[in-house]
Amino acid sequence: MSLLKVRNLFVDFSTPDGTVHAVTDVSFDISKGETLAIVGESGSGKSQIVFAAMGLLADNGRARGEVLFEERNLLSLSPSDLNKVRANDIAMIFQDPMTSLNPYMRVSEQMTEVLVLHKGMSKSAAYTESLRMLDAVKIPDARSVIRRYPHECSGGMRQRIMIAMSLLCHPKLLIADEPTTALDVTVQAQIMHLLNEIQKEFGTAIILITHDLAVVAGSCENTLVLYGGRVLEYGRTVDLFKSPAQPYTKGLLSALPRLDTDGEQLHTIPGNPPNMMLDVRGCPFEPRCPYRRPECAETMPDLVRFQDDRLRACHVAFEDLQ
Amino acid sequence: MSSAETLLSVDQLKVYFNVKPEGAMLWTKPLRLKAVDGVSFDLKKGETLGIVGESGCGKSTLARAIISMVPSESGRVVWFGKDILGLPVDRMRPLRREIQMIFQDPLASLDPRMTIGEIIAEPLKTHLRDLKPREIKARVQAMMEKVGLLPNQINRYPHEFSGGQCQRIGIARALVLEPKLIICDEPVSALDVSIQAQVINLLTRLQKDLGISLIFIAHDLSVVKHISDRVLVLYLGNAVEMSNGDELYMHPRHPYTQLLISAVPIPDPEVERNREVELIKGELPSPINPPSGCVFRTRCPRVQDICSKEKPVLRAIEGTHEVACHFPLD
Amino acid sequence: MAIADQKMQDFSERLTTVNEIKGRSLWQDAFRRFFKNKAAFASLIVLAAVVLFTFIGPYFAVWSNEEIDWSVLGQVPTKGIPSFETGHFFGTDDLGRDLYSRVIQGTQVSLLVGIIGAGIAVLVGTFYGAVAGYFGGRVDSAMMRTVDILLAIPYMFILILLLMVFGRSVLMLFVGIGLVSWLGMARIVRGQTLSIKNKEFVEAALVTGVHPFTIIFRHIVPNLLGVVAVYATLLVPEMILTESFISFLGLGVQEPNTSWGALISQGASTIQYGTLWQLAFPLFFFVISLFSFYFIGDGLRDALDPKDR
Repeated sequence: MSLLKVRNLFVDFSTPDGTVHAVTDVSFDISKGETLAIVGESGSGKSQIVFAAMGLLADNGRARGEVLFEERNLLSLSPSDLNKVRANDIAMIFQDPMTSLNPYMRVSEQMTEVLVLHKGMSKSAAYTESLRMLDAVKIPDARSVIRRYPHECSGGMRQRIMIAMSLLCHPKLLIADEPTTALDVTVQAQIMHLLNEIQKEFGTAIILITHDLAVVAGSCENTLVLYGGRVLEYGRTVDLFKSPAQPYTKGLLSALPRLDTDGEQLHTIPGNPPNMMLDVRGCPFEPRCPYRRPECAETMPDLVRFQDDRLRACHVAFEDLQ
Repeated sequence: MSSAETLLSVDQLKVYFNVKPEGAMLWTKPLRLKAVDGVSFDLKKGETLGIVGESGCGKSTLARAIISMVPSESGRVVWFGKDILGLPVDRMRPLRREIQMIFQDPLASLDPRMTIGEIIAEPLKTHLRDLKPREIKARVQAMMEKVGLLPNQINRYPHEFSGGQCQRIGIARALVLEPKLIICDEPVSALDVSIQAQVINLLTRLQKDLGISLIFIAHDLSVVKHISDRVLVLYLGNAVEMSNGDELYMHPRHPYTQLLISAVPIPDPEVERNREVELIKGELPSPINPPSGCVFRTRCPRVQDICSKEKPVLRAIEGTHEVACHFPLD
Repeated sequence: MAIADQKMQDFSERLTTVNEIKGRSLWQDAFRRFFKNKAAFASLIVLAAVVLFTFIGPYFAVWSNEEIDWSVLGQVPTKGIPSFETGHFFGTDDLGRDLYSRVIQGTQVSLLVGIIGAGIAVLVGTFYGAVAGYFGGRVDSAMMRTVDILLAIPYMFILILLLMVFGRSVLMLFVGIGLVSWLGMARIVRGQTLSIKNKEFVEAALVTGVHPFTIIFRHIVPNLLGVVAVYATLLVPEMILTESFISFLGLGVQEPNTSWGALISQGASTIQYGTLWQLAFPLFFFVISLFSFYFIGDGLRDALDPKDR
């Protein structure tokens, strides 16, 4: 059963220079305990999808469509109801944990506040629970860390604290927006390992938003590829990496330098990212696509199922891409 | 490679910063932050040296110390047989022509009030004062073409370009004086994957065509390995290992290098999911108070008594493979 | 080498024939945004109208600002009212002088004081602040402590003293206002310079070997101008207010010259006799000009820094 259903989501921003179409007609599902990666480059609209769902869009942003969480449309909920959902069912962690940690409060105060407020726990019970959660995210010496201020912790530690905080209310869905982008590889490996364990232990569904395909490869069941605010491909991560069904995915995969291969010339995707101000009729990747055809500039291909659990939006036949 | 002429030789370079401890009074003695603590390497003509390490390892400071952008504590930086460390500003200026730099943030490294033409022309105007405006323009446009920009964009401003194009502009500015060495400080880490590959290929192509040397600094081991002839691994201001990229990946000798490599994800689910990832334990020690002896000993799985007493030096153990460890891996 | 030069020549010839695309500078962007801001744009028009009035107005004046209309003297509340017949469009002041001419003259003086005061601030403050901020360290400490010391002196007291000792004159007023106006600007500019000098493009210039003063003028100052422009437009009304206050105290410009402050002061003192126009006309110009400056400053800030919205 689907936990979260996104249907025909559009997100627009009105700016002094015109309207930015950040997300165009995006639909996808995520079921209980699933891990979904939303992959896209900067400006692909990947973060705006979840910001829209969580009611966190900037003031000049507007979302249309449906975001159904357990059959309730989050886009039409009142702010107080949405707050309840955010507190109890959906948690979010960000690239920079400092943006969501209050620099003037100790870790303990911030963590217990959540439990006291939303779960009605007593202070001491909340404190014990917070400690337990810090242990669960493998923070060494949790008893001393809990008394610190956020700036006294390292970047990796802060991200762990954020994860611990987000898990306090046992959410059904955890949205991680570029959780490791600001961290070093060795710390990234630790955090990704932790997220995998959490998913196994708590059965939390995870949406991982990232630009890094290498991170996706190790951790996510399904992958959604976004470009220019549109879904270009969706499928099981293993299939998607093995036989990419969209020229963009294909190009992206071959443009990555890999540690385990020899240093031959890298494949490149020519051109530049799309201008999100323009109303594009056709496929947003058309100007950079090596397989483009006349119709690509005219109409956006529909996102269609072409194999079990795999969807793609491309005018070019799947076989021709292999 | 060994026959090629040595361009730059860095010997025991140390960069210490003074930092005031928390709650310091006016008279409190400042603490010494050891950003770079005795790094040595040679760079040959036409060679690319990759420097990799995590944040706080001193890789950017090292690059800036080489070109005297930050003051060094001690050591030697020999450029064509001449020690250039701590040269007075006016004697350093002619050398600036020969060593250029490319920066991490493509947009921030370009003055937003200047046109592309003015930006690329700045080095020319600084060092070749008798060039006529027409010649400058011709050189700028030729350079723009070389880095894959349309020469008719010369009057546009940086904010009208995407990140990848801005980085091309930065590269054009670095190349316009035909330097002998370019220091690239995380040149692709702010770029999207699809653009990153363009810039890497451009850099390798230009390097081959023009025969310049590169010092390529990055935190991304995959990128560094791809572009570099040799890779230097830094940890907490110390060089721990140096070798060619493939050798380093296949046979890391230093425990830190091994853990670092293990942490880099491979963009292939089948490989990645069957791979045992070794997690590094503990936190990065403070460079104000680094561990005695080997700086990695607090997190090292192979630590022994001697590691805290004696600091291992970087030594060749097999051909050009150098490692600073008392107990290198096989 | 000669061949290479020849090639270069050919190449440059070929390239110059390619038509170059004109760029859109940040200033052009900012102006476009500024003109979209209705309040700011309207204020600009109002201010332009006021300035224009001070230039064209004198040609329509029947009386000069010094002449005393003896026919209204003593009967100002009845005969000195604004009228087209007498030629006193704005009425007369308490001494029977034409208020129309006096308002024009006062407006000129007040605007001049504001603009010159802000101008000094822009020139001195920008340079002072940029140098202090760019060089940092001891230079910065010494320069900024000097500013602190100057700011600590009660400048209104000094200004009044100056005017008392050297006599009341417009020149003295400019000197006094100029002495203090740049202090705030220097502080703001220094702060901005500190953040700009850590940007990578300044580092890039340093790596290239550009001379420090060239960096200040080529890279730092142009990037400061946005802030400077905003602060300067807000400084103009501040200067006008200072001058008005001094004139209100009776220490400002000397008769027969006048300024907004002096006119308002006179108008306010005679209001009990029912000569409302003596206050209303100068006050009107004073208020709309000040409002305009503030709106323009606001508009400029929004236009120059769109992220803040």
